[in-house]
Amino acid sequence: MSTVSLTPAVYAEIRTHGEDTYPHECCGALIGAQSTEGWAIHASVRAGNTRTDSAHNRYQISPIELLKIERKARAKGLSIAGFYHSHPDHPAQWSQTDFEEAHWLGCVYIITAVEHGHAAATNSFFLAGTSEDEKHFEPQQIVIG
Amino acid sequence: MTIFIPTPLRGYTGGKEAVDVQASTVSEALDQLTTNFADLRKHLFTPEGKVRAFVNLYLNDEDVRYLPAKEASEVKPTDTLSIIPSIAGGR
Repeated sequence: MSTVSLTPAVYAEIRTHGEDTYPHECCGALIGAQSTEGWAIHASVRAGNTRTDSAHNRYQISPIELLKIERKARAKGLSIAGFYHSHPDHPAQWSQTDFEEAHWLGCVYIITAVEHGHAAATNSFFLAGTSEDEKHFEPQQIVIG
Repeated sequence: MTIFIPTPLRGYTGGKEAVDVQASTVSEALDQLTTNFADLRKHLFTPEGKVRAFVNLYLNDEDVRYLPAKEASEVKPTDTLSIIPSIAGGR
């Protein structure tokens, strides 16, 4: 199983974000650097959820917001390593929608279950594969430190 | 112009996050990019040659889909083209 490294501050922040937007889904980007040991996440960036029509069970980040996040990451010598979002009153497990909408191969997708407003499990999934036809999520171990 | 490559596609540009090309339109820039890095083509285009639906292209700060000339839009050497795969999901 691969690992993803998060600072304690990032881990706390993405869980707090899920509580802040409950009962709606939160979403944001993970900024980090890649090594032979996998992604190390240095920071998270909160993003707006453009799916205001169904924010309790869908999220989408506008591409122009992503573009600005990527520019800032690049200026610091870092990259978009992946994304996080919350599942209000739903398990921290990727859904069919998550899978179909996942296109950042080689990146990290972190999901936090928020139960009755409180962050519960947080799980990470690596989008493996080399093409849309081969892509699949692999569970990852989250290392905090 | 400079084309910025998103994280998932850098494996096809030798790890480069930016690639310089000489082109007069967005379409030419993409052609040159995928000529130089042939493996990128299937990630950016459908078998019919259209840009994949989940691939967003930004000429500087403008979404190419909404430019009057779309991919035929003219570009200058100082312009940037950013490739941004979409991100969405939900429970």
